[in-house]
Amino acid sequence: MSAVLEAARIPTTLPPESETKVSLGRVLKSEWIKFRSLRSTYWTLAAGIVLTVGFGALLCWAMLDHFSQLHAEERASFNPTDHSLRGYYLAQMAIGVLGVLMFTGEYSTGMIRATVSAVPRRLPVLWAKAIVFGVATWVVGTLSALAAFFIGQAIFSSKHIGASFGDPGVPRAVFGLGLYLTAIGLIAVGLGALLRNTAAGIASLFGLLLVLPLLVESLPSSWQSNISPYLPGNAGGALFTLHGDPGQLSPWVGFGVLCIYVAAALIGGAAVLRRRDA
Amino acid sequence: MIEAVGLTKRYGPKTAVEDLSFTVRPGIVTGFLGPNGAGKSTTMRMLLGLDAPTEGHATVNGRRYADHPAPLREVGAMLEARAVHTGRSAWNHLAALAATHGLPMRRVDEVVDLVGLHEVARKRAGAFSLGMGQRLGIASALLGDPATVILDEPVNGLDPEGILWIRNLMKSLAAEGRTVLVSSHLMSEMALTAEHLIVVGRGRLIADTSVAEFTSRASVGQAVRVRTPDSVRLGELLRDLPGVLATPDEERADVLDVTGADSEQIGHLAARNQLVLFELTPHQASLEEAFMELTKDAVEYQTGTAARTADQRVKETAA
Repeated sequence: MSAVLEAARIPTTLPPESETKVSLGRVLKSEWIKFRSLRSTYWTLAAGIVLTVGFGALLCWAMLDHFSQLHAEERASFNPTDHSLRGYYLAQMAIGVLGVLMFTGEYSTGMIRATVSAVPRRLPVLWAKAIVFGVATWVVGTLSALAAFFIGQAIFSSKHIGASFGDPGVPRAVFGLGLYLTAIGLIAVGLGALLRNTAAGIASLFGLLLVLPLLVESLPSSWQSNISPYLPGNAGGALFTLHGDPGQLSPWVGFGVLCIYVAAALIGGAAVLRRRDA
Repeated sequence: MIEAVGLTKRYGPKTAVEDLSFTVRPGIVTGFLGPNGAGKSTTMRMLLGLDAPTEGHATVNGRRYADHPAPLREVGAMLEARAVHTGRSAWNHLAALAATHGLPMRRVDEVVDLVGLHEVARKRAGAFSLGMGQRLGIASALLGDPATVILDEPVNGLDPEGILWIRNLMKSLAAEGRTVLVSSHLMSEMALTAEHLIVVGRGRLIADTSVAEFTSRASVGQAVRVRTPDSVRLGELLRDLPGVLATPDEERADVLDVTGADSEQIGHLAARNQLVLFELTPHQASLEEAFMELTKDAVEYQTGTAARTADQRVKETAA
């Protein structure tokens, strides 16, 4: 019983209040602690790496296997760099899910109330989450892209159809994939803040990346060629594809368009985070 | 010090809190009382800037919550609904909150020890019992050593030892000169901890008064229990007096419940008529009864009326 009464004494060993103001740097540290203290972070990032590297390698094996049976036309459209990076298609889903969860994981558990109580101005939370997640996906995405490229080329080298890192455009494509995955991750963070619901966030991200291109394909071809290059997947794809569609935007213009999607998602998320009751 | 001025919150056509004004002073425990659905949690959320008031405003320690550069140092709050990511350990949860203010990590260890979660601090908060969750909520509230503490239903889910711990904690926080606002729908709990009461019902202020005044105000029509072998005779004599009601107890024939006369009057009356009394007990209204009396019109979900409206609706649909 004495322990019960004892516990009611409040220790106070804190620095003066003027030294403990909320700042973006501190919120960044807080978001970093949150990011690295969840198991889902590691699982999802690992899935991103495995999908980029493993799925890429698998596709390269398959190509190697029936390369000799390809028509001349098909061989002409084959690009070893592009082929080795194709695992991105699934990896972007893993990274997108994790990005959406940055906010929706807090809304579904109620954590957002603690977060917003600690940072009542709210917007620093969005910027800090975007920076933490952006840097993490950039590192993971770039390393995965490098690994996928070199493993893929090692597979192709047995038939001497591989590319070398020094070939024109190759570094842009490999590092570009890291940037693309980062941008997709940031769109996902923005969508999570905007929609505040995991299912809605993931559904709209997948809709943007998977369903929208299919819908556009069903349009008359003149419309298609005007819209398709500006879809986020295709616009960003221009950066890391060496042998793409003829109508594709130039690499950095494409990436610029993708960045507009990023800005739109984050601004939308910021507006909702600031205005709506937590 | 907490000041609410004309706080109003509407969700569409429904008004959760209406024109609520009150002041919570430092140094005492103030109870925030009301039936479920009275708007207590909504009010607390507005104090913390989680919900924006439709009208009015609230300040804590002289400023709007969001205007404090280091809010956790000013106000510590535990809201009723859990505010913890289930996948994160208690220690990391507190560390993430502490980091936003640059508080040293030893402070996390301090509050973990303070609430007695040392053993489980590294476990996932999702695996915590309700009581452990409450303790973690209190640890978060005390993290910044705040001058104002807001606790929403803190004894919910706690075992007797935990309840005693919370009571002592709240009293010592107040004794240290802090402002302590505690919500509850349990009057008995408030009777033990609070000195001052803010009572709400249906989002409106019903009373802003000391606990003692609150009880005495509600016990104006207090009853006296009388046990006597001559209950029939005494009953007749009492009923002759103006404004007095003497009802025989349903279970015991020798007991009368008397209202409208105090125990002295009844004692004198019995002595003059040479009647023997075995028991003469003034019955003070409990805080619970006082509360029921004051809020009976303001209860959001009254069983009778709810059933009746549902019934009417069925009939209307049938017609």
